Amino acid sequence: MTAPSAPLGAIAGGSLLPLAILLPALGALLSLLMGGRRAERIAFLLMPAELAVAAAVAVLVQRSGQPLVYDVAGYAPPLGIALRADGFSAVMLVTAALITPAAGLYARTNFATPGDVEKRAPLAFWTLLQGVQGALSLIFLGGDLFNLYVGLELLTFAAVPLVALDGRPETVAAALRYLLFALFGSVFYLLGSALLFGAYGTLDIALLASRIRAEPAVWLAAGLMTAGLLAKTALFPLHLWLPPAHANAPAAASAVLSGLVVKGSFFLVVRLWFDVLAPLPAVVPGAILAGLGSAAIIFGSALALRQERLKLLVAYSTVAQIGYLFLMFPLGHGPWAADAFAGGVMQALSHAFAKAAMFLSAGLIAESLGHDRIAGLGGAGRAMPVTFLALGLGGLSLMGLPPSGGFAAKWLLMKASIAAGQWVWAAVMAAGGLLAGGYLYRVLAPALSGEIAQLKKAPQRSREGVALALALLAVLLAFAPPSFFSFLQIGRPAASVAFR
Amino acid sequence: MTSATLAGLVGAALVGLGLYGLIANPQPLRKILAFNVMGSGVFLVFGIVARKGAAAGLPSDPVPQAMVITGIVVAFAASALAVALVLRLFEETGRATLSPDAWTKPSGEGAEAE
Repeated sequence: MTAPSAPLGAIAGGSLLPLAILLPALGALLSLLMGGRRAERIAFLLMPAELAVAAAVAVLVQRSGQPLVYDVAGYAPPLGIALRADGFSAVMLVTAALITPAAGLYARTNFATPGDVEKRAPLAFWTLLQGVQGALSLIFLGGDLFNLYVGLELLTFAAVPLVALDGRPETVAAALRYLLFALFGSVFYLLGSALLFGAYGTLDIALLASRIRAEPAVWLAAGLMTAGLLAKTALFPLHLWLPPAHANAPAAASAVLSGLVVKGSFFLVVRLWFDVLAPLPAVVPGAILAGLGSAAIIFGSALALRQERLKLLVAYSTVAQIGYLFLMFPLGHGPWAADAFAGGVMQALSHAFAKAAMFLSAGLIAESLGHDRIAGLGGAGRAMPVTFLALGLGGLSLMGLPPSGGFAAKWLLMKASIAAGQWVWAAVMAAGGLLAGGYLYRVLAPALSGEIAQLKKAPQRSREGVALALALLAVLLAFAPPSFFSFLQIGRPAASVAFR
Repeated sequence: MTSATLAGLVGAALVGLGLYGLIANPQPLRKILAFNVMGSGVFLVFGIVARKGAAAGLPSDPVPQAMVITGIVVAFAASALAVALVLRLFEETGRATLSPDAWTKPSGEGAEAE
C-alpha cells in the first residue's frame, strides 16, 4: 500500500471530485422534492458525507503531492472540462465542509422541522445551505473559467435568498441590492471570459496559463473579470451591499455568507492572478488590489468603530478583513511569494472560522437580550460567558494577536511585505490591528463589567458550543505545522516560486 | 468596416449603455432591464468570438454558442430572482425603492425575529 502509486492514486481520487459537488446538489434537489419536513434530515445526513469527501480529497492531495484531476465524462481539455483540486482547493473544501454543518447545527432552533404545518423558511434555509455548499465545491474544484462562472452564479443564487429569509422589507431590499451588485459582477466576469476565449480558444485554466501573453485583450479581460469578482467579494469601494445584507440575515446565514460566500469569489481572484495570469508581470495590478485592500482595512475598521448594532459592527469588520486578503497580490513574485500566498490563504481560513463564530455569538446575544445594541450590552458577558468567550476568541483572530490563525496570517503577510521592501502594507496591517482592537474593546469592555445583565432567555449550551468550537478552530490554525504550508504550495505554478 | 467589427462595436455600446443604466437609474426594475441590456452586449461579443473561431470548416464555433445559451439561462434566472425580490418589496412596503432608509434600521429591535 505504501508503494508510490501516484497515477493510480490520482485516478482513484479524481472520482471523488464530482462527488464533492454532486452530494450537496443531490441534497438540495431531494429537499425540494421531499418538502420542508425532510429537508433538515437530508442536510444532516449528507453533511458528514460531504465532510468525509473533502477530507479524503485533502488526504489524497497530500499523499500524491500533486493536484487531483478529473476529466468530466472522460474528455480531457480543451474538448472537455476538468475538475482540479490543489492544496488551496482542498483546504477551502474542508473549511466549507466544517462551517456549513456548524451553521446548520446552530440553525436547528431557528429553522426547526415544522410539526404539523408546513413552513417555507425551513425548507428554503436547508435547501439554500446545501446550494451554497455545492456551489462552493464547484468553485473550489472548477478548472475551466466558464464552469467557474456557472459556479459563481449558483453561489449568488443560493446566497441572495438566504439574506431575505425572514421577508422583512429591509432584508428584501438588502438582498436585492446584493443581487444587483452580484449581477454587475457576473456580466463583467462573463465579458472577460468571452475576450479570453476569443484570444486563445480555450477557457481551461492550465491551458490558458501556458498560452497567455501580455497583450491588450488579456489586460482588458483581466481588468473586467477582476472588477466583477471584486463586486462579489465586496472589496472597497464595492462593499456597499455587504453590511446591510450580512447584518440583517439570520445569524446562521450571516455566518455562512461572511465566512464562506465572499471567500468563493476571492478564491477566483486568486485563481485568476496566481494561476491563469501567473506568467504576466503583475506588479501594478497587484499594487492596485492591495491599495484597495488597504483602504478597505482602514475604512471598514473605522466604520465598525462607529456602529451602534453588534451585527452591523461584525459585518463592517468583514469589510475590513476582506481587505487583508488582497495584500497577498503585490507579493506574488519573488523569494517571499510562498510566505505571501500562505498568509493570504491563512487569512481566508482564519477569517472564515473566526467570523462564523462571531456571527453565531452575535445571534445568540441578540436572541438572549432581545436586541443587539452595543450600548445595551453592559454586563451581558457575565450572564453568558461562553458566548462572549467565542466572540472574544474570534476577535483575537481579527486583531491578529497570538495565538490565532489571524496572527499567523498577518505575520506571514508582514514578513513577506518587509522582505519585498513594500513597507506600506505592513504599516496598514499594524493600523488595522489597532483599529480592530478598538472596535472589539467597545463590545467586550462594557459586556464584561457592571451588573450581570438580565437575559430574556438563556442561550442553549449546544449552540454556544458550536460558536466556541468555530472560534477555537480559528485559534488552532496558529499551531499549523510546517507541513501545512508545504501542502498549500501543492499545485502552485512554477512561476510563483521560480525566484526561490 | 466588416460585419464582425460592427457587431463588436454594437456589443461594446450595449455593455456601456447597460452599465450606465445599472449605475445611474435609481429604480430597481430599470436596473434589472439595464443588466439585461449589458448581458445582450456580452452575448453579442460571444457571437463574434464564435464567428472568429470558425476556421475548422464549421459555419461557426459551437463552444461559444453553448456558452451563450448557458449565459442566457443564467441571466433569465437572475432576472426572475431580482423581479421576485422587487415584487416582494413592493408587497411589503407599497413601493419598490432601494433608498437607504428602507434597509437600515437604527435600532437592533427585531433583528433576530423569526
